[in-house]
Amino acid sequence: MGYTLVYLSVIVLLPTAALFLRLLGLSWGEFWQLAASDRALAAYRLTFGASFVAALLNALFGTLVAWVLVRYEFPGKRLFDALVDLPFALPTAVAGLTLSSLFAANGWLGRWLVPLGIQGAYTRLGVVIALTFIGLPFVVRTLQPVLQGFETEVEEAAATLGAGRWRTFLTIIAPTLLPAVLTGFALAFARAIGEYGSVIFIAGNKPFESEIAPLLIVIRLEEFNYAGAIAIAVVLLALSFVLLAVINLLERWASAWQR
Amino acid sequence: MSGAAKSRLLAQRTRGHGPEEGGLARRFLIGAAVLFLTVFLVLPLVNVFWQALAKGGRAYLAALAEPDTIAAAKLTLLVAAIAVPLNTVFGVAAAWAIAKFQFRGKAFLITLIDLPFAISPVVAGLIYLVLFGMQGYLGPWLDAHGIRIVFNVSGIVLATVFVTFPFVARELIPVMQATGTDQEQAALTLGASGWRTFWQVTLPSVKWGLLYGVILCNARAMGEFGAVSVLSGHIAGETDTLPLRVDKLYHEFNATSAFAVASLLAVIALLTLFVKTYLEWQQQRAFARAEQAGSAPADNELPTRDDWL
Repeated sequence: MGYTLVYLSVIVLLPTAALFLRLLGLSWGEFWQLAASDRALAAYRLTFGASFVAALLNALFGTLVAWVLVRYEFPGKRLFDALVDLPFALPTAVAGLTLSSLFAANGWLGRWLVPLGIQGAYTRLGVVIALTFIGLPFVVRTLQPVLQGFETEVEEAAATLGAGRWRTFLTIIAPTLLPAVLTGFALAFARAIGEYGSVIFIAGNKPFESEIAPLLIVIRLEEFNYAGAIAIAVVLLALSFVLLAVINLLERWASAWQR
Repeated sequence: MSGAAKSRLLAQRTRGHGPEEGGLARRFLIGAAVLFLTVFLVLPLVNVFWQALAKGGRAYLAALAEPDTIAAAKLTLLVAAIAVPLNTVFGVAAAWAIAKFQFRGKAFLITLIDLPFAISPVVAGLIYLVLFGMQGYLGPWLDAHGIRIVFNVSGIVLATVFVTFPFVARELIPVMQATGTDQEQAALTLGASGWRTFWQVTLPSVKWGLLYGVILCNARAMGEFGAVSVLSGHIAGETDTLPLRVDKLYHEFNATSAFAVASLLAVIALLTLFVKTYLEWQQQRAFARAEQAGSAPADNELPTRDDWL
């Protein structure tokens, strides 16, 4: 118990407190100037926008994947099921490296996509691709246990009462799954906002265009502009706390719903 | 009966009753899901090995034998060898405290444990820089005493410890809560000492969860990039871990070497997935056995999503 507290204080609490203490050294005006420069604003916009799109893609495809994995039998199912966790196990640098080479003009996918005008590598689209990869497991893994525990009797009842499959899905299944999907979405979103390693490989990292907020922190640090780095970090940190609170609420809602 | 035949039979049985999608819709859904997973998971994974071996096996081995790469591999192993045991001990202690005792501020403690999952790795690196860097609070003092943390191996270890410490604790808390305190109280009543109870009762009851957490912790410790990158200083052969080495080679436009190093990390990731799947399978079997014996623990949660995040 005491050990736990000491360890936590040294590793987490103290450094985080130091960060905020450093912030107090800045006046509001200075902070605003650093945290809300045009370049920083562009970086937040890209980070949030791309994370949102990626989380949305994951919510859609994650639901589909979870559904298929729980409900159907097909060859290779167990392999795919195990592979869903790959984005968690694969170091982000490796993920970024291989994705950028896949979508580059001479890559396996870029070869077909680039002539169609879809530039996956070194663009904003690349940011979305990397973040989709990183967040892929969240919705699937949140949804799977819910689907497994789902009572097929309810669906059968709906079918017996004459509801079509599509209507059953919309009125019976979808509302039950919604809290879990939202939780997965929020988790993927939160993860995407902080992501750094995979994105810098595939995004072009051009200021104002394909530069994400965590990268801007690193750039400020390389300029020895500590105050600038801290200001942006605090904005990200504040957002992380908000998201953490939202996720907790969603999870409570989801578990209350299932009961 | 073989597993495949059994599952096919099961599928036929479930297909027989209940409202299910028609064959066409089912095939379409499966096709779409498989396509998505292939594009986002299978292709990237295969591509790593393909590109690594693109210039032949000899070039691959030569890339791995570079002194800087070997140094990076050693550093990665060293960092994991320090961070993982530290976090295992912490994880067990924290989960023990949270699951078995009631105290004020428990919710706050859990939030603190979750924190590294929520904050950006770059920010994690930054907070240590602020504390220990030369412009930071403790930096000048540490420097005066000849201790270097930032741009040094100890900084890398610290950053890794930070990003990986929730894994074991997160994994153990639900398992420990599910097992309850009855058995331990029985052991204590029978005269076992606190330590003995811990080693012989508590620890065996959570061994799968513990192993699971350690595996995940290790995977992340070896693969961490953002936090380590901020604190490393990028000195080739000294403070480059394997993921940082991948980055450096990539920026030197040395694709084959970058992919060769990446393939090492991909192998570690695959091993992690393999062990994880095996452990899940073990747990499911143990669960099924307990259920057959009629004494299924009420909600002995199988690992779901909290494990990673």
